[in-house]
Amino acid sequence: MSSPSLIQLRARIAALEGQAADGTTGGLPLGVAEIDAVLPGGGLPLGVLHEIAPAALGDGVLHGAALGFAAVCLGRLARQQERTVLWVTAADDLYAPGLAALGLDAQRLLVVRPRNAAQAAWVVEEGLHCRGLAAVLGETWGLDGTAARRLQLAARASGVTAFLLNQGRAAAPAVTRWRVAPALGGDAPDHGALGPGRMGLGAWRWRLELCHCRGRGWGEDGIVGSWLVEWNDEARRLRMATPAGDRPALPVRRRRMGQG
Amino acid sequence: MRVADAQAVVPDLCLAAADPAGDRALLDRLADWCSSYTPWAAADDWMESAEGGGLWLDITGCAHLMGSEPALVADLTARLARLGFTARAAVADTPGAAWAWARFGAGDAPCLPPGGQDRALASLPVTALRLSPAVAAGLIRLGVKWIGQLDRLARPALTARFGRAVGQRLDQALGRQDEPISPRRPPVAHRVDHAFAEPIARPEDIAAATRGLLDRLMAVLARQRLGVRRLELAIFRLDATVQRLAIGTSQPCRDAAHLLRLLGEPLGRLDAGFGIETLRLAAVETAPLEAVQASLVAARAGGDGVEDMTHLLDALGNRLGFDRIHRFAARPSHLPERAVQRAGLAPPLPQADEGFVRARRPLRLLGRPEPVQAVAPVPDAPPLLFRWRRRTHRIRRAEGPERLAAEWWRAERADRDYYCVEDEAGRRFWLFRQGLWGEGEPPRWFLHGIFP
Repeated sequence: MSSPSLIQLRARIAALEGQAADGTTGGLPLGVAEIDAVLPGGGLPLGVLHEIAPAALGDGVLHGAALGFAAVCLGRLARQQERTVLWVTAADDLYAPGLAALGLDAQRLLVVRPRNAAQAAWVVEEGLHCRGLAAVLGETWGLDGTAARRLQLAARASGVTAFLLNQGRAAAPAVTRWRVAPALGGDAPDHGALGPGRMGLGAWRWRLELCHCRGRGWGEDGIVGSWLVEWNDEARRLRMATPAGDRPALPVRRRRMGQG
Repeated sequence: MRVADAQAVVPDLCLAAADPAGDRALLDRLADWCSSYTPWAAADDWMESAEGGGLWLDITGCAHLMGSEPALVADLTARLARLGFTARAAVADTPGAAWAWARFGAGDAPCLPPGGQDRALASLPVTALRLSPAVAAGLIRLGVKWIGQLDRLARPALTARFGRAVGQRLDQALGRQDEPISPRRPPVAHRVDHAFAEPIARPEDIAAATRGLLDRLMAVLARQRLGVRRLELAIFRLDATVQRLAIGTSQPCRDAAHLLRLLGEPLGRLDAGFGIETLRLAAVETAPLEAVQASLVAARAGGDGVEDMTHLLDALGNRLGFDRIHRFAARPSHLPERAVQRAGLAPPLPQADEGFVRARRPLRLLGRPEPVQAVAPVPDAPPLLFRWRRRTHRIRRAEGPERLAAEWWRAERADRDYYCVEDEAGRRFWLFRQGLWGEGEPPRWFLHGIFP
């Protein structure tokens, strides 16, 4: 369909944007085919700035969905590259067992606690200059455009991927921007003690929204894509979740037979 | 003499309030400054006495650097005079004899010959022995005015009358008993100095001199197969103050370029004042570091990764403090806040997180569990709703309880029953109930963590 000149042009643009020319190498597949198909090169581009923002649920109560998604991305990247990731925290309340359960192993995680936002930006940038790291994650509140641009340049120069766990307004130069909201948990076995469906949480579920992705247009709803994913604890990776309630329940008789 | 009496004698008398702390600080600073003569320099503890405080310098093996002992004394007093201090100095075999000779001796012959303290001190008053005023007054009342007289007295009677201090001070002054000087700073095994012919102040000159010092120090350390863990750069300024810049490294290091980069940041904040006359670089803390071929390091690390990491950690550690960088390691405890500990910067063993429990654990664990108001239908059930930070959360689903207790040897309060709960927006929290129904206080609910 595309003419040779168009392919050439795409390659030049990709080279300008710091991505591999063929678009197939150097990415981090999230392991969910539906999402990877949308991302350029079949995965999160490496050596660029990504932004992960917690979706506002309207009442200002903090939730861990964006944090969880960031941990999954960092864990996959650390395993893929067999390198350490640097986590620049704002508060000192990260809990390693929870991160390890999402695939971010403690031996690949280095935590830095800067004293203020200016120091945090410095630490993130310093980390991005270090080729021994797989990625740097910074928890920020509204990084200004210049600072974000510096991070993007540093990431491109060294090939270290930058993640911003951003609670403030969007940083302009991010290549992808994700908004993550918690979703009601997956199916869990009934225990019956407190009525059907009360006991058991099931897998962690998130509503992932790709608000912006360089090289991809927006849909009618103003975002690139939206997926309901859940964390598969056995396979230790994300997978698409089927929304609760749209599956016919098994007849009681069959369920009993299956149990027996 | 009282102030009023003094003013009656000298009407235009200048009065200044005594400032012992300030005097002490000044003496300490001078002691630091004197460490350009010897590493064993200390302020003595006699500032409160009538004889006044002074400095002790152990110049054993240092005098020849200035030519001779009299030359060293002359140089020291001349430099102090240039700074506005009138100083009396004495050199003797023992600290006690030097103390006495500096205050009571003849000013024209500051250096006692080796072994000459017996004769020289015999004609000095007993107050030159660093005795308490009461003891000295008692001795004088008995007619013992001179050290020579005191030395001829029978020791048991002296001890019975005045205590052990008199004999001890006498022996210390005459060299029969050892008296070590504790230096203000522990002497460092590995250090290099650079004294400048002319004081320097330009940042480029300081950086170049530091670079030269680093190269010399690293050569010394390389011969002994040591690497730097802590490095201190002492800057002796023209106005007799000493500034010290210290850096630390996460791994033993012998890379002069890297250390210079680390020193660069504090050097940028340096105030050179009227100029710097001496720079001293000391490896305060060292650790064994085998000589390695650079190419082998690169091959083992698979590129420049490991070395880069070390440099990053050093840069972060020196700017933020090494206590602000950590890894996580498991600790065998059931209580969530104790199940994780902060580990040092050295890369941990590959199975560092094997010790974490496989149960559901939150991503954020609040530093201190926050009390919530919860409503539970029956005592042993998860709550139906709870109120946290002025918001009410209706619980859609819950999982639990998981009962966790502290180790039996800890005097902790009641066990905790943990529940994972999910509210109607899909947010998941970790709540626990502490206490049991029917045992005095009703149980209380806390929110301890936030799940993904």
